Amino acid sequence: MNFPILSTLIFLPLLGSVFIFLSNKQESNKGAKYVALFTSCANFLLSIFLWYSFDPTIANFQFVEEKNWISGFIKFKLGIDGISILFIVLTTFIIPICIISCINSIKKRMNEFLISILILETFMIGVFCSLDLVIFYLFFEAGLIPMFLIIGIWGGPKRVYSAFKFFLYTLLGSVLMLVAIITIYWSTGTTDIVEIINEIKIPSELQYVLWLAFFSSFAVKMPMWPVHTWLPDAHVEAPTAGSVILAAILLKMAGYGFLRFSIPMFPIASEYFTPLVFVLSIVAIIYTSLVALMQDDMKKLIAYSSVAHMGYVTLGIFTFTKYGVEGGMFQMISHGLISAALFLCVGVLYDRTHSRMISDYGGVVDYIPKFSFIFIIFTLGALGLPGTSGFIGEFLVLVGTFQKNYLAAILAGLGVILCAAYMLWLAKRVIFGKIINSKIETLKDLNFSEMLILVLLGLTVLVFGFYPGPLFETMGVSVDNLINNYQLSLKENIVTNN
Amino acid sequence: MENINIILPEIFLFLGTCTALMVGVFFKNSYNIVIKFTYLILLFSIISIFLSSVETSEFFLMSFVRDPFADFFKSLILISCFFVLLTSQQFIKDQKILKFEYPIIILLSILGMFFMVSSNDLILFYLGLELQSLSLYVLAAIDRNNLRSSEAGIKYFVLSALSSGLLLYGCSLLYGFTGSTNFDLIQNELITKNTGAVFAMVFILVGLAFKVSAVPFHMWTPDVYEGSPTSITNFFAVVPKIAGIAVIIRFMGKPFDNILIEWQSIMIFLSIASMILGAVAAIGQNNIKRLMAYSSIGHIGYALAGISTGTVSGYSSTVIYITIYIVMNLGAFGCIYLMRKDGLYKEQISDLSGLSKKQPLLAVSFLIIFFSLAGIPPLGGFFAKFYVFMSVIESEMYALAIIGLLTTVISAFYYIRVIKIIYFDDAKNNFDENKNFNINLTVFLSCVILLGFLIYPSILNNTVQSLF
Repeated sequence: MNFPILSTLIFLPLLGSVFIFLSNKQESNKGAKYVALFTSCANFLLSIFLWYSFDPTIANFQFVEEKNWISGFIKFKLGIDGISILFIVLTTFIIPICIISCINSIKKRMNEFLISILILETFMIGVFCSLDLVIFYLFFEAGLIPMFLIIGIWGGPKRVYSAFKFFLYTLLGSVLMLVAIITIYWSTGTTDIVEIINEIKIPSELQYVLWLAFFSSFAVKMPMWPVHTWLPDAHVEAPTAGSVILAAILLKMAGYGFLRFSIPMFPIASEYFTPLVFVLSIVAIIYTSLVALMQDDMKKLIAYSSVAHMGYVTLGIFTFTKYGVEGGMFQMISHGLISAALFLCVGVLYDRTHSRMISDYGGVVDYIPKFSFIFIIFTLGALGLPGTSGFIGEFLVLVGTFQKNYLAAILAGLGVILCAAYMLWLAKRVIFGKIINSKIETLKDLNFSEMLILVLLGLTVLVFGFYPGPLFETMGVSVDNLINNYQLSLKENIVTNN
Repeated sequence: MENINIILPEIFLFLGTCTALMVGVFFKNSYNIVIKFTYLILLFSIISIFLSSVETSEFFLMSFVRDPFADFFKSLILISCFFVLLTSQQFIKDQKILKFEYPIIILLSILGMFFMVSSNDLILFYLGLELQSLSLYVLAAIDRNNLRSSEAGIKYFVLSALSSGLLLYGCSLLYGFTGSTNFDLIQNELITKNTGAVFAMVFILVGLAFKVSAVPFHMWTPDVYEGSPTSITNFFAVVPKIAGIAVIIRFMGKPFDNILIEWQSIMIFLSIASMILGAVAAIGQNNIKRLMAYSSIGHIGYALAGISTGTVSGYSSTVIYITIYIVMNLGAFGCIYLMRKDGLYKEQISDLSGLSKKQPLLAVSFLIIFFSLAGIPPLGGFFAKFYVFMSVIESEMYALAIIGLLTTVISAFYYIRVIKIIYFDDAKNNFDENKNFNINLTVFLSCVILLGFLIYPSILNNTVQSLF
């Protein structure tokens, strides 16, 4: 296949943003919205085509593109496998939804907002496609600039503080990864991921240090307890579309990073540090769930629940069992859909009443029933009700964890109950109950565009809840390959040590 | 008869400067003629460098060396000086500093730098350095009716003369302990242990560190940057830095090559101290010129980190770093010139607030240049840092790499604070409509290079690798 489909996926949104930048700079420019929507939808269709032509029975990287970049040193190399294709489709699916949602919620400087989102899409797809460590780092870090602007320009009252916190936290985590990447280059002679994974064994003493350096970056991005504190701030202050991208895609980069780098490149260190990851994940699940119970801001509650849900992801990935890793993957996709939808729902309420406080609501169901119905579906999805995609991910993670460690599994199971507690309590206080605030009586139900995006997300959540097959088919072989290679290198290590 | 080609650019520059001086003296209101003449001299000097390019060769009894390294730095000096003059014209007119001496003194200081870059002998090196320094003192005080400018000139003169003295003392010690002023001979002499020469090296290094404003010899920088007229600050931030770094590489690579162990730890200290101070001290600044002063201190720290490896890849990473640093600084000062309201130049960072609403294009330029200064990918500034840390880690200096990258995070704070003021704050000022083609061209070129660098980064890499 000669057509550079991955490059097209990456650079199409950039082209769209350049087009908007060069076009008319009026405040209310209808054309810009259509250009942005068109590019992102075209990108979505392209990624669906990519998924369709992807061969899930091969574990190797497909659609590989390679160009010389820095002569004799770094190659611009792209490629996908069963793990990254799902994230790409998730990204291209979420972006058009964000663009539709901002039609209602963004009041100022629409063009610049659309440019930021499209550039961000370029960087995010780049992260999931790149097969070279330096290219990966480039895309991974570059995403900070548009996200910083999205939070800072269109955010809430404390937006400056949150934007700075987001930027500096993530940058601080990542610089150690840069040191690690350069160290890998000097000790192996390449930054080509495929080559490092398949052909080169990094010495085990070095693995520990490098693993920690990568971990510092991914733990911040994930975010794992105790470096999660930037997330609630960023979520609360970011505009709806920004929260959606943050929750649905940016957080998944870290999970993807664990699967793509930490485990295959440093298997011995991954095994060694598993207890650490388990402890941090369990703390994240229980502690942040308890914190979420006490929140009176809806966005903050969902932000903390994100931290808890990401705890399941790390737990699942570091079980190194088929169930656990696939569960972690599935949990990421499902959380991407559900948390995106929940943030959109909060955004719908916020656009109407300009309040995110739970105490300002109550009895919403009497006036906006359609909204309430959809909101309840996503609440149930978030707490993992069977029939929604949330259930499958959490269930598989727990199955995988039971094979490894009973105690961890039991504690994680406790988290499911806590999750149900805060989610149901949220629904009870916002949707049902007595009407306290007179503003509620004047609420209008969902308009067409809001209905469209929420129903789309809702259907996806339900379809994957009842029929998760396609996702597992796509990632199955790649996950098997990951686990086999991991166990193989562990055995080799034991043999050489004896 | 030795080949006169070797020294042709210098001869050309010298004769051109003298002619310009005559033109300036004998014509009335000659500023406009002289400045146009200066552009021509700069352009033809670049051309003469390319036309007369020769293999590595020495002149004047081995005291003057012409090699690709010197040619590269001379071209860099000429190009950046050209853009400095180009962008500063509007400012010079507004501030009424229309003195024909201004371009001529700049040309003289460039002549001094040419000899510094090409020197292969302590005496020629010192002569070049003094020619450059004397011109710089005058430049700092050129707006002589302005108290702050005069103050900056005096401050710079006193401190710089002290450092020149230390440097000269180092040179004489070096001569005393090695018996030669020629770099090659000194290098051969230092193969055997020579404690006196180490003392000499320390003195010379102190003098050079002062010229590039590395911590702890940086005290003059913020005051001089703030006090001098912006056009001079722009010159100070760019051109002498190129020459300074070139000379440091020359010294470390040639006469002091054999005492690497002795100077390496000093260089690491200078580098770390500059990076940390540049990052921390800039946080509290409200004046954008002071901010740029601390930022330049920090950047010199990164450049010295490359030199401190003492390897060829380290030196070439420093050359790449300084090249990209110049592009960023020319762009940044171009933007600062555009902070102009009713003919007055604003210097407070808070004057920028809400710029993105009034002048979105200028705001985007600030965005690109300042994120690049902060070293965020995918902009040019990231690659500069990337190459430096590549070579630092190649030499297994992990502590230096980690400290350097952590200071990147700290310094990112004040760079993005400027972005925050431009993009997040409410509009306050309304700068003049900007119709200055020269500045726009410079800022545009700077942004294009910084953005486009990632498309073909090898170009600079290959050029620099051929220098050593």
